[in-house]
Amino acid sequence: MTETSDQILKRPARESWFSRFQVVALGALTLVAIIGKFYLPRLIPNTEWLELPLLLTIYFGLTRRNQIAALLFGAFVGVAEDSLSPANLPIGMYGITKTLVGYFAASVSVRFNVENQFMRLVLAFFFYFFHAFFYWVMRRALLGQIVPFDPRETLIHGGLNALVALPLFAILDRMRVSGSTS
Amino acid sequence: MEGLLSRYRNLTVLLVVVVAQLLYLAYQVKTNRDERLIRVWAVSAVTPMAGIVEAVRHDTIGFLQDYFILLDVREQNRKLKADNDRLRMENVYFRNQLATAEHARALILFQQQTPSKTVAARVIGNSTVATAKAVFIDRGSTSGIEREMAVVTPEGIVGKVVAVYPLVSQVLLVTDPTFKVGVESQKGHIHGVLDCGSGKCVVEQIQNEDKVDVGEWFFTSGEDRIFPKGFPVGRVVAAEPGQGTKNVALNLSGAPGGAEEVLVVLKGIHQPIPAAAVPDDTPVTTLMPPTPELETGGAEAPKGQTQADKIVQKYAEIGKQENHVFGGVGSAIPNFNAKPASAPKPTAAPVAAAPASRQAPTTAPTTPSRPGILGARPNAPAVGPNTKPEPVLPLGAPRRKPPAGQPPQQQ
Repeated sequence: MTETSDQILKRPARESWFSRFQVVALGALTLVAIIGKFYLPRLIPNTEWLELPLLLTIYFGLTRRNQIAALLFGAFVGVAEDSLSPANLPIGMYGITKTLVGYFAASVSVRFNVENQFMRLVLAFFFYFFHAFFYWVMRRALLGQIVPFDPRETLIHGGLNALVALPLFAILDRMRVSGSTS
Repeated sequence: MEGLLSRYRNLTVLLVVVVAQLLYLAYQVKTNRDERLIRVWAVSAVTPMAGIVEAVRHDTIGFLQDYFILLDVREQNRKLKADNDRLRMENVYFRNQLATAEHARALILFQQQTPSKTVAARVIGNSTVATAKAVFIDRGSTSGIEREMAVVTPEGIVGKVVAVYPLVSQVLLVTDPTFKVGVESQKGHIHGVLDCGSGKCVVEQIQNEDKVDVGEWFFTSGEDRIFPKGFPVGRVVAAEPGQGTKNVALNLSGAPGGAEEVLVVLKGIHQPIPAAAVPDDTPVTTLMPPTPELETGGAEAPKGQTQADKIVQKYAEIGKQENHVFGGVGSAIPNFNAKPASAPKPTAAPVAAAPASRQAPTTAPTTPSRPGILGARPNAPAVGPNTKPEPVLPLGAPRRKPPAGQPPQQQ
């Protein structure tokens, strides 16, 4: 057995998962997440706080551990969200925010054990707050729009998103494992 | 340089992507131009899927409920609800018209004006921005919808159209922080600007000197050139003096975020702010104004309408004043040249009726008492439709009872 074949055998499961389902799975998941945000509040009232595209961006960054891929994925998801935002908000607001989230998530995953559930909970909560706060700052600073920012509400929503992130990440992990073994 | 870039490759890519988006964003803000192509692509890609999901959910759940649980009650209910919404919308218009002025004038106004032309639409999705309050509706440019059109429900205002696509449109709700609406109070006609940006709706730019009462209604003023004048906005829940301007909190009458079906105003027509009537949910049993008899009390005898009636009334009062029994035997002839103690006053036109009296008469219209007939016996029974009228005798002529079995004498 050569050194190269040893490296291929020892490659982490996530690598093979992303290489195999990169285009189809990511595209489908992104579409589902965006449609979920678009449609879910109509189906289930009072679910506007659920940020599925953001959670997907965080998961991609944490598991991919590639900063460039993560930031590009975040930019793609953000611009897609921007294009469905109200017409008085220019395209790029969510794009920039999610670019940064993707980059930082991938950066964090290099230094910490992101397979730990508690760590995932904390990171999901932190990135949600960062995302909401940075978006509010950009809206205020770049567009001059005076929009309210309720820290308490944002913290609660962050906690709820972090709670949703745990089972969601677990499901995606399962899909990743089944994708790598298939 | 190349080594530096390869060393900080990730950071460089991050900066490039962020700066590129910043420049693109600055370009949009600078030119105030909406990138329609990207939005059309995204909306065209997402809304059909959302529509399919909604249709599947609606059809599957609706099928079970329609055929296994409630048969066709659901469909009937939907139609009735649509009819009810339309009628309530018309009702608001009629109420406004009838409450602003007297009935004849309101009718003339009604004839001259036509109600706003609207098209019904269903909300199919929300915006992706949690802090921005916007929804998508299933009507687009093919239905005649254009930007800046008002969106309302029979209960109140909802928002305005900010983007139009062929089959869907995007509506910015009044609860969005960037949305302002020109409003006008009902009683004092105080103008202000509605702002729901801080989570609760307030009316800005109202001076402390202006009088605004709690419970008072605010209507659209039409100054924003989006909402036609006269649509109900909400009721004042708090009005306190503030620093420079009054703090007026409003409770929206419509439910912009929870509206399932809305009306897009294709052609808005301004309506006057109603003077006192409040468009609420109290049922209206009739839209016709009360008759003059009802407005003046109903049970009272009608005042003289013609000159002959006035003379009859005057003579009746003189006879009563001088204890004369009309038709009585041996009664002294009264002096009809004397002035009666209470001269008949000209009746005032019933113009300022209370708003409640303009509502439906809850009591059955009472038959006005007969005008007194000169020469008739006091306390004579009312003349029924089949009874033979008594002959009118000359003034002061003695009246004798006819013998039994003989008809009264005709003169």
